[in-house]
Amino acid sequence: MKTQQKAEYKATSNACKHCSPLGASLVFRGIENTIPLLHGSQGCSTYIRRYLISHYNEPIDIASSNFSEETAVFGGGANLKLAVDNIIQQYHPAMIGVGTTCLSETIGDDVPMILRDYLKNNREENGTVIVPVSTPSYSGTHIDGFHAAVRATVDTVAQKQSSHAAGINFFPGMLSPADHRHFHEIFSDFGVAYNMLPDYSQTLDGPMWTEYHKIPEGGTPVKRIVAMGDAVASIELGRILAETKSAGQLLADKFEIPNHRIGLPIGIKETDVLFDRISEISGKPIPEKYVQERARLIDAYADGHKYVFEARAVVYGEEDLVIGMASFLSEIGIVPALCASGGKSGHLEAKLRQVIDDFDAKQIQVKEGIDFVEIGEIAKKVNPDFLIGNSKGYKIARSMKKPLIRIGFPIHDRMGGARIVHVGYRGAQQLFDTITNTIIANRQDSSPVGYFYM
Amino acid sequence: MASISILKGREKQIYQKGSQDFDMSCDKKSLAGSISQRACVFCGSRVVLYPIADALHLIHGPIGCASYTWDIRGSLSSGPQLHRMSFSTDLQERDIIFGGEKKLTNALDTLIDQYKPKAAFVYATCIVGLIGDDIDAICKKMSEEKGIPVLPVHSEGFKGTKKDGYKAACDAMANIVGTGSIKDISPLSINIMGEFNIAGEAWVIRDYYERMGLEVVSVFTGDGRVENIKRSHGAALNVVQCSGSMLHLAQHMQEKYGIPYIRVSYFGIEDMSKALYDVAEHFQDIDPEVLPRTQALVREEVKKIHPVLKQYKKKLHGKKAAIYVGGAFKAFSMIKALRTLGMDVVLAGSQTGTKEDYQVLKDMCDDGTVIVDDANPVELSKYSIEKKVSLFVGGVKERPMAFKLGIGFCDHNHERKLSLAGYSGMINFAREVYASVTSPVWQFAPQRNQ
Ligand code: SF4
Ligand code: SF4
Repeated sequence: MKTQQKAEYKATSNACKHCSPLGASLVFRGIENTIPLLHGSQGCSTYIRRYLISHYNEPIDIASSNFSEETAVFGGGANLKLAVDNIIQQYHPAMIGVGTTCLSETIGDDVPMILRDYLKNNREENGTVIVPVSTPSYSGTHIDGFHAAVRATVDTVAQKQSSHAAGINFFPGMLSPADHRHFHEIFSDFGVAYNMLPDYSQTLDGPMWTEYHKIPEGGTPVKRIVAMGDAVASIELGRILAETKSAGQLLADKFEIPNHRIGLPIGIKETDVLFDRISEISGKPIPEKYVQERARLIDAYADGHKYVFEARAVVYGEEDLVIGMASFLSEIGIVPALCASGGKSGHLEAKLRQVIDDFDAKQIQVKEGIDFVEIGEIAKKVNPDFLIGNSKGYKIARSMKKPLIRIGFPIHDRMGGARIVHVGYRGAQQLFDTITNTIIANRQDSSPVGYFYM
Repeated sequence: MASISILKGREKQIYQKGSQDFDMSCDKKSLAGSISQRACVFCGSRVVLYPIADALHLIHGPIGCASYTWDIRGSLSSGPQLHRMSFSTDLQERDIIFGGEKKLTNALDTLIDQYKPKAAFVYATCIVGLIGDDIDAICKKMSEEKGIPVLPVHSEGFKGTKKDGYKAACDAMANIVGTGSIKDISPLSINIMGEFNIAGEAWVIRDYYERMGLEVVSVFTGDGRVENIKRSHGAALNVVQCSGSMLHLAQHMQEKYGIPYIRVSYFGIEDMSKALYDVAEHFQDIDPEVLPRTQALVREEVKKIHPVLKQYKKKLHGKKAAIYVGGAFKAFSMIKALRTLGMDVVLAGSQTGTKEDYQVLKDMCDDGTVIVDDANPVELSKYSIEKKVSLFVGGVKERPMAFKLGIGFCDHNHERKLSLAGYSGMINFAREVYASVTSPVWQFAPQRNQ
């Protein structure tokens, strides 16, 4: 029965995911005065740097402990210590985030132990916080690495110091720097104290320099992470995030801080949830500015609804992003006919059902653990009006002659991936305009008449 | 800039001409914790084999290595596009524990049936070297079963440097060379080696050689076809470009088939012309007409571009440039090409230069020029600022550093989409340098306003 076996097995062809240390590196780039260090071979960190650079267009320094053949055989302890030494000497960081690679995981290096040992013997260097996180890529994708790094950081750094609970912990997840910036604005407008982790709003979208900044300004200050142990509540974005991997849950277990896990605030419904939560927790009303932004957004929805109604979309990317986007598309009348992700939490469909009314009637296809060859095959059958996701879907879009609306990560064939606002009423407004205009343009271009007044 | 210190253990990899004795340390592993711009063995293999367009490229390992190299390079194919796909066995936890052999076999089985490639390359990445999958045996078995060459590429990332990856790629190709018919190949024939057809460069170069009256049997590996590689041992001469990525295969072909090789570079007028003349000279005894034809070609091409270059030179005269590239050979050509444009090179370095390379570099450079081996962004930016460069020539990883500092940047790596080789490439290069250096946007850079 050889053929049967064949049908079962598929190589991954054009992956719709990346590896865990990439997500972890991103988190560490969102912490003030912090350097990411990947424990493994040079190639992994160089590839990840290269890849992140092509999206963010910012210098991204990620160190490597640089395994050699002997290291792979005899263990990486000495290399790791030397790497930490050299980083401290050259960068004077407040924190070093150490992610493992497949290699160091497989040879079984006990990274936390090596680091404890290092710190014991280097008292004078002890100003530097070192956070180890296990990120083998064979048991998860970049998004798992991202959440693991947030959790590990909180686990190592957060403390309960005061008997007074204050402020909100906020875990925004892997969104754009512009999204992180927008969250700052929202919390400031509410006038509530908050600790946001990570925060690469500045570190991955900053100004020009007069000299090389070994570590770019910005990021969550380490003392704000320490203060997370004293917060009144945590809000964590992402419906998929499993309990065990959640930083919010960890704080709940350790310090009894209530955790609110909500979806990515994309579109009105999911954004309402965020605003309501902040308002509830802080006891403060939603600032007038956002009430108005929301009202204008609804007005825009009304103006454009006919163009988008029952349009069909193929949505792909990280699972939580897909859920947020599908929720948004559904609330404006677009059918997210295919929702696809390279991640495979096992929860994608169940969570999509939570955010999409009449899920069954819409005959939505949900695919986890998928690659782009498969997405392409299904997309052809689904016959969408457009695709929405990262740059990697371009080949499919091109072969189908359908527009691709770029969101998420990576965007390496357009400018401004770092500046897309996906979240909040403002993000929904921008997405709504972009999507509606894409559909209008398509209609306009394919019309035999050439109307210039649509 | 006081805050920038050079790491202990790296001092001897930085040399300033004229200030000290030349005793450059190089050819060693990157220092742990230094943010090296280098990649790994796998990267070297992938670069070299990538443009073979009718072969299947399967990356055996966890997803990262495949995901990060999916169609990022600018190598063009005039036919099949199979090389632009990214296939991976995407190893999962249980494969790491129980081995990935079965998965690899299944993947090859399905993919070869589905895509019908002319050959398949199986890249072993770090983990595979560690868990010890016998990829040689699997490839051999698959070759027999499918009737096409299925070749293991031993490119475990930790087993050396990018250069070792070149060698692994050459070893894999050496298995195909010599397996095709060499009937009807002209005695005036060459293989173009180390040319990857970035933005169609191989087509430009090939055209020059053909105008000289030579037959190009195979281009390794630009716009590559398995069929051509199979019969490449029928060529009379191997012409090996720059970086040495193919040197190993050229040496192998010399030993096994007695084919001599020469090294050339196609960047800049000077080196481009020298390449053509060197090749012409080689064939002089067989056909004395090759040289005059070459002279005519060079004259015609230079005449076309000379007036344009003169214009650029006026605008760029006296500006300073930094060069940091993968192979040192490319740096030599870049220095000459920038001088053609009237610019001074004040910082030059490579990721993988050898002692001899740096000696050549030193001899070429003006006094005061900084020469670096396996540098990191901290060092590169330090010297770029100190030397007040207005252009940096490098790869993607250096680009954001340059832009952050308000320095013009020219991409010179495998990801670019602009042809820079040959005479037409020199014009593209000049235009790109001109645009990078003189763009009005730099007036807003804080550094310029100090
Ligand atoms: S170092 Fe190893 S795992 Fe990392 S990219 Fe290179 S081959 Fe892949
Ligand atoms: S070995 Fe693992 S960590 Fe390194 S690039 Fe490959 S998948 Fe990523």
